[in-house]
Amino acid sequence: MSEASTSGNAVPLETPRRRDLLQAGMGAVALAYLGALGYPVYRYLATPAVRSRLEGQITSVAIAEKSLPAAGAATMFLFGTRPAMLIHHADGSWVAFDAVCTHLGCTVGFEPQNKRIFCPCHGGAYDMKTGDILGGPPPRALKAFKVEVSDGHVIVSRA
Amino acid sequence: MATSSYPAPESPLRSVYRWADERLGLADLAAFAAHKRVPQHAHSFWYYWGGISLLFFVVQLLTGILLLVYYRPGKEAFESVRQITYDNDFGWLIRSAHSWSANLMVFALFVHLFSVLFMKAYRKPREFGWWSGLGLLSLVMLFGFSGYLLPMDQLAYFATKVGLQIPGMIPGISGMVEDLVRGGPQVGEATVQRFFALHVVILPLVFLPLLGFHLYLVQKHGNAVPPGEARKPAAERRTIPFFPNFLAQDLAMWLIALNVVTILATLFPWDLGKMADPLAPAPLGIHPEWYFMSQFQLLKVVGVIVPGFGGEIAGMGLFGAATLFLAAIPLIDPDSRFGRRAKIAAWGGALVMIGMIVLTVWGYAAL
Repeated sequence: MSEASTSGNAVPLETPRRRDLLQAGMGAVALAYLGALGYPVYRYLATPAVRSRLEGQITSVAIAEKSLPAAGAATMFLFGTRPAMLIHHADGSWVAFDAVCTHLGCTVGFEPQNKRIFCPCHGGAYDMKTGDILGGPPPRALKAFKVEVSDGHVIVSRA
Repeated sequence: MATSSYPAPESPLRSVYRWADERLGLADLAAFAAHKRVPQHAHSFWYYWGGISLLFFVVQLLTGILLLVYYRPGKEAFESVRQITYDNDFGWLIRSAHSWSANLMVFALFVHLFSVLFMKAYRKPREFGWWSGLGLLSLVMLFGFSGYLLPMDQLAYFATKVGLQIPGMIPGISGMVEDLVRGGPQVGEATVQRFFALHVVILPLVFLPLLGFHLYLVQKHGNAVPPGEARKPAAERRTIPFFPNFLAQDLAMWLIALNVVTILATLFPWDLGKMADPLAPAPLGIHPEWYFMSQFQLLKVVGVIVPGFGGEIAGMGLFGAATLFLAAIPLIDPDSRFGRRAKIAAWGGALVMIGMIVLTVWGYAAL
């Protein structure tokens, strides 16, 4: 440092090191300052989103007897914070799917008359027993849940 | 100019600047800033206080917007502030910063007001700067009064109740206060809802253009030089460039002010009392915020001398006279030609300032 200020003609008039170091240091301090201000603000604004993500981290949902669909019908429920669909097929079997269309996130509906699960937004169609794609733009099958039927109520859990 | 002595090679940043300059005329702005100079003398320190007030206002604006994300006026007012303060991550910090910065802003404004007064910066041609400043201060007091109710805790409730009682004592006005300001015979949901509209929409809508006008006048007339400095021969008067010298000092002051807010907000977070309950007795030792304390004490003192209803009127009359005197100062002391008038302005201003300080201290001592 001291050579730079005393050596006069020997080195170029302004050695870049000192100024660069100072500027980089100031920049770092400014960034740290902005970070210290920005972090609480980010956390403050993100609180509800973080809370609902925590709520969404459940592994199973029990559906009481009185809410269960009749054979050939479906019922909608919340799995954590996401809409989900429990179908009671006419043959007596039970399936449950994440009811969010894999294309652009609309909630899908059960269409027993067409034997499919359908998304009206862009015409995505899924198999009503497996959730596989039947047609339309969806990139992936609907996520299926594990369904257990035990004395009256139904337990839906992550597969 | 500073840029010409260090010819830099055309860096990407520089070519972006040139591109923008050709379209926006940034060089004119830079030339203007380079031209502008700020007087430098023994009392230059007081020049910072307008800028410090402005910084606190910006903090108010930003933290206010953040509070607006979760605040719900009306029935849920208290519950939403409780959630902000105790449930939300860092909500306590945002709310504390808003409260502390509000108090610091009022303090900085009083310092700014009296430093302008004693430096005689209200003299021709700066009268409108003085008047717009007084207008801004009045609006800030209304910001403070309306914002104080929004948490709807016991203190907020009674402070507003008492505060609205006072103008309600002026004959012929009490009905209007009830109809238009309180929104009913009691402070309640309707009051919070309209104070909220006042605090976040109406006041900012009036404040921002007036602030713009005030800052425009500051740019137009530049910093006033105190009389003692103005008497010196031109060769002895010193100035520094606004850009970058004064701005750098301003920035340093802002950084200090910001640190003061964050330190106070972190170490002394603002409390939330019990939910407002009209049936609960007012908390013991209840008193207005410090910036209303001198008015509160004035009413109390005059009330002892002039008992009953006349006391309130006399107290408000005195307060009104002091305000009117402040507003009239540029007319009383328009320029340096009148020695006696300058004395009236200075001593009158000192009387107002000392009166406010004495009444405030007295008010706290008498609690």
